[in-house]
Amino acid sequence: MMEQLQVDRIRCDGHGLCAELLPEAISLDDWGFPILKTGAIPARLAEHARQAVDACPVLALRLAKVRS
Amino acid sequence: MPSSRHLIGELESANLLGRGGAAFPVGRKWRAVAERASGRAVVLANGAEGEPLSLKDRTLMATRPHLVIDGALLAAEAVGAPDIIIYVGAKHRAAEAAIRGALAERSNQLRSRVRMMSAPDGYVAGEESAAVHFINAGDARPTTTPPRPFERGVDGRPTLVQNVESLAMAAQIARGIDANTGLVTVSGAVRKPGLQEIDLGWTFSDVAAAAGGLARPVQAVLLGGYFGAWAPVDEVWALPIAAPSLRARGFTLGCGVVHALSEDACGVDATARIMAYLASQSARQCGPCLFGLHAIGECVRRLAARSPQASDLDRLSRWSGQLAGRGACKHPDGAAGLLGSALSVFADDFAAHQQRRCLRRSTSHPASLQPVAAVA
Repeated sequence: MMEQLQVDRIRCDGHGLCAELLPEAISLDDWGFPILKTGAIPARLAEHARQAVDACPVLALRLAKVRS
Repeated sequence: MPSSRHLIGELESANLLGRGGAAFPVGRKWRAVAERASGRAVVLANGAEGEPLSLKDRTLMATRPHLVIDGALLAAEAVGAPDIIIYVGAKHRAAEAAIRGALAERSNQLRSRVRMMSAPDGYVAGEESAAVHFINAGDARPTTTPPRPFERGVDGRPTLVQNVESLAMAAQIARGIDANTGLVTVSGAVRKPGLQEIDLGWTFSDVAAAAGGLARPVQAVLLGGYFGAWAPVDEVWALPIAAPSLRARGFTLGCGVVHALSEDACGVDATARIMAYLASQSARQCGPCLFGLHAIGECVRRLAARSPQASDLDRLSRWSGQLAGRGACKHPDGAAGLLGSALSVFADDFAAHQQRRCLRRSTSHPASLQPVAAVA
């Protein structure tokens, strides 16, 4: 099982902490809303991804299990 | 008539595709609901029709209300739904009256299973999660999915949300009539704009002929409405209108809209009107849609007015590639798809407008001031 980042787009307010903590997988658009790299999170970034998920002030970011 | 379960198989072998816009296979959708239903599903017949260039659903409901009701009833039997909701756009008065009238001619037993709901105005009110949300909570804005309506919909029950033309087609198939026809709303530079019932084997040239022929030379065709795409007329003119033939070229007929743009009309101008409308119709829940569509709308408006900022065209190209998949519903995807097609089909016009020039005659032509949506 691999893990993938998902954003609840209705919850997301564009705080942008996720992109600061995980620039390898998340960038921001011109209005501060996240653009996720497609595909599974590589193992070396798993811990950083979890920190980004925990840092989201509105709990809009999550890691979902996906088939590799 | 075949048994209700048997009908799902028939819809699958007839390869009936949904007529609401997404062209999702109808049989597969019914099967997904039937597998979860345990006899407590809900059928939501979707006649919201918020697409500005489409007239087909309201016309179908107004003129063939019993066919729509039959389709909803067959769907309810096939998926195991005691309850049916008919969701009709609030503006479609004749359609609503016809459905009510037709229901009055049916048995008490049937009437007790059917509820009519008036869909509020707005482009997203017909999106399936928005329709379910409106019925559950009076709020016609999309919700985060999953769960999708077929998993958890009206009152938390598995819900089949199906466009009214798709239901009517299912009723036809149940009667042994083939499903190779469709309703298309033709507008723009044709002599007789309006609704056409067409054979899906027809080409665009046949469709234009049925609409009285072209009123003026045409440069491009908008396929599938505001969530669709512009296509150069030469590329699609001889192409059959059926979904597989279009999909092979990256197009879709969406909800059956064909709009012909004349050679003297400006594609930047037409696109600016569409993008302004789509921006105004954001449910304003998701940042990329709320801010992105607004910015795009302003950017195309400046270009259309030939008073762009220095890098407006570059910005548009970048933004058109960033929006897909970044909303709770497909509103940003549809808008980005339309914009992307415009930037490609009208590339020369956009480049000229960035230089404050227009290549078409009609920017000062009164006809171009008509909204694209004039037909509705």
